[in-house]
Amino acid sequence: MAQQDISQHRFTDGKPNLRRFHQAKWDEPIIFELSCEGQRGVLVPEVEGEIRKEVGDALATLPESMRRNQPPRLPELAQPQVVRHYMRLSQENLGADLNVEIGQGTCTMKYSPKINDQLAAHPKLAELHPLQDEETVQGILEIMYRFEQMLKEISGMDRFSLQPAAGSAAIYANVSMMRAYHESRGQAAQRDEIITTIFSHPSNAACAQTAGFKVITLYPDEDGYPDLEALKAAISERTAGLMITNPEDTGIFNPRIEEFVRVVHEAGGLCAYDQANANGVLGITRAREAGFDLCHFNLHKTFSSPHGCGGPGAGASGVTEELARFLPLPTVECDGERYYLDYDRPDSVGKLRPFYGYAPVILRAYAWVMSLGAEGLREAAEIAVLNNNYLLKKMREIPGVSAPYAKGKRRIEQVRYSWEELAQETGVCSEEIGVRAADFGVHYWTSHHPFVVPEPVTLEPTESFSRDDLDEYVAIMAHVAEEARTDPELVKSAPHNSTIHTIDHAPLDDPSQWAMTWRAYLKKVGRR
Amino acid sequence: MKAAEKKLGLIVNPVAGLGGRVGLKGSDGIEIQRQALALGAVSRSQERAICALERIEPAVEIVAYPGEMGADAARAGGFEPTIIGSIEPGETTPEDTRNAAVEMLRLGVDLLLFAGGDGTARDVYNAVGEKLLALGIPAGVKIHSAVYAASPVSAGDLAAFFLAGRVSRLREAEVMDIDEDALRQGIVSAKLYGYLKVPFQRRFLQGLKTPSRPGERAAMAAIAADVVSKLEDGWLYVIGPGTTTRAITSRLGLDKTLIGVDVVAEGKLVAADVNESRLLELLDGRKAKIIVTPIGGQGYVFGRGNQQISPSVIEQVGKENVIVVSTTGKIHSLGGRPLLVDTGDQEVDEMLSGYVRVITGYDEQIVYQVA
Repeated sequence: MAQQDISQHRFTDGKPNLRRFHQAKWDEPIIFELSCEGQRGVLVPEVEGEIRKEVGDALATLPESMRRNQPPRLPELAQPQVVRHYMRLSQENLGADLNVEIGQGTCTMKYSPKINDQLAAHPKLAELHPLQDEETVQGILEIMYRFEQMLKEISGMDRFSLQPAAGSAAIYANVSMMRAYHESRGQAAQRDEIITTIFSHPSNAACAQTAGFKVITLYPDEDGYPDLEALKAAISERTAGLMITNPEDTGIFNPRIEEFVRVVHEAGGLCAYDQANANGVLGITRAREAGFDLCHFNLHKTFSSPHGCGGPGAGASGVTEELARFLPLPTVECDGERYYLDYDRPDSVGKLRPFYGYAPVILRAYAWVMSLGAEGLREAAEIAVLNNNYLLKKMREIPGVSAPYAKGKRRIEQVRYSWEELAQETGVCSEEIGVRAADFGVHYWTSHHPFVVPEPVTLEPTESFSRDDLDEYVAIMAHVAEEARTDPELVKSAPHNSTIHTIDHAPLDDPSQWAMTWRAYLKKVGRR
Repeated sequence: MKAAEKKLGLIVNPVAGLGGRVGLKGSDGIEIQRQALALGAVSRSQERAICALERIEPAVEIVAYPGEMGADAARAGGFEPTIIGSIEPGETTPEDTRNAAVEMLRLGVDLLLFAGGDGTARDVYNAVGEKLLALGIPAGVKIHSAVYAASPVSAGDLAAFFLAGRVSRLREAEVMDIDEDALRQGIVSAKLYGYLKVPFQRRFLQGLKTPSRPGERAAMAAIAADVVSKLEDGWLYVIGPGTTTRAITSRLGLDKTLIGVDVVAEGKLVAADVNESRLLELLDGRKAKIIVTPIGGQGYVFGRGNQQISPSVIEQVGKENVIVVSTTGKIHSLGGRPLLVDTGDQEVDEMLSGYVRVITGYDEQIVYQVA
């Protein structure tokens, strides 16, 4: 037998072969359907007689009004069943650690170093309880305090709160602080409008609305830049503030950002910089120098903590000294010797959630910054931008792909591409290309609805991915585009190797068909 | 029900699109059609219909008018159609289209697929209104009507999806047409004639541009909630045509003239389907606001389908009292092009140009350019 080149299965004519992916498919019921009355995962031992004698009936101290009439209808299962159930579900997944995760632009899906997970899982942290006395949690308070100092340096702001549970919670904190500021000046009733842009992080519009503001959205000018004239048309004595992302979700840096801030300030409004993904500007630009009054970071994006499905996220809200009195409760302070939580802040917007911050997420982000140092952060940003512009060049070489707006300009950390040309030629749309990409084991995201860029796909390669990774992703895109021309049905009928084939989108548009919980589902189908 | 048990009506307007390539801006009227043929025009509606039919499962039963009005295309597309009615080959008329549509309604077809342009859509609308589900295969010179799919292939795919029971949502789509006589003299004047019920799936109508999360209807309800919460006593509200503005009157519990202009005050209907002179009469000495919505796909806020709201009416009410409402879907279907005004009065058009606040939801507005 001739000697086999072991690299052969990976390459053809020197080019890497596309990876084929076949997802596991389990006909796995919902855990509630697996429930069998009386089964238990853990049998809690009876309290020993001596303890019972000492403590009495612990439940007796619960007020009558707080007791349930019936036990909760939770699924009842033995441990092995639970383990099997979740193992199966975990296989029906295309998780961040499983694929070249650059196809979920705006989410900054960088690699989360495993050592940081180990730190977060360490009993010293994992066994902390948020109700512990301050004296016994000096370590995590010190980390929070120190991390705040780092964020101040990174952004130029004067104070931070690490209490927000996620990016949107931080944005909500910021818009709440804007209102508190206007209230303190007796202008809250008058200033009820928040201005944002269509390519800004959509959480800005959503949080401003949740906080009771009217939302005015600006559309881009012909070149895709936020339209300064539109801002001037929107601004008035009713403007509470501007909430804007930069670079926007198109990856285009707003060259008129200082002008935006000036116009809003002159009208008496505040400016909040959404830095949910600050990955392209770390160590390069700062919110403070651009004149912003507030900013926020997502620790699970730029700062490498895993995203929602991998554990909780966390947000960080930053403000200038003038607004610091409005920060959420509590702040973490240091009197020179010991760290403590300061709840005595009468002008604060209050608590966003119980306790003082998601300790494991903050610890991971702290560890990530410490492992890189100031120069490392800047280098991470530079590599992210380099990766993105390399990808941009490669993507543009695929016939049918374009990168609308800002012609001739480099992009920052991501690009919103358009397959419009390919769609017109072949009838295959972006969503279908994305679904077909799953057959090659990579994730792909179009963009937020509604699609302003036609047939969009948003790619953000971060600093985590190698040139080979990027080449692999581009090769998949080129391959699928070619399929769209030669065998459009193959693409339109994808995915071919996934757990679930395609889902009907119509119910997603129809709140009357939604069920967010098992109980709501049973109600809707009339079973209970 | 399986696709095999479904009945699809097919009408091909054999003269649709004749005028386009020879520069006649339309094909309505037998004289124009003869003129077009003399100029060497070729109808594209057959091949476009075939293109759509090729997307449909052969097991579907097709009901068609004879020859060039459907049967030919159906056979070329691989079907053995059930043929009804009779025509004069080479001399088909709008009357034939209307008769065919009425007959198909009577036969209970599940969907009427028709190839043509705005004139054809009008004929179908005049014949069956909203009683029959319909969908257009774009083949005409003028395609202003939203009842047409983005392309023949999309029309076929959407019809196939619908027949397979995979499309459950319907929407009312505009039937628009331009006065062709006026157009040939260089005057563009489009009119909203009514609405046809079409199957709706995001991806087939205008690509993925016409979105709807959480749904066009929910978006309209949110817009209506916003506008209604801000109505004030003592003001007259001039409400233009459209399904978005209808959501506002519905919230008030009032009927709306879908393709006309109504006037509302203190939550009550003051006058329905008014013309310009009646409007001016009503406005005399009253504070008033105009509520309008752009025409989908075109972006006209004034001058198309709502000419009753004339330059004099707009001047009297004042720019600051014009309320523009639109779902974000409709705005995005403009693909970044500005909103348009064409009132017929240059000064009024200029007054209206610049940036306008468009109400897109409850406490949601966008600032958008008007050219």
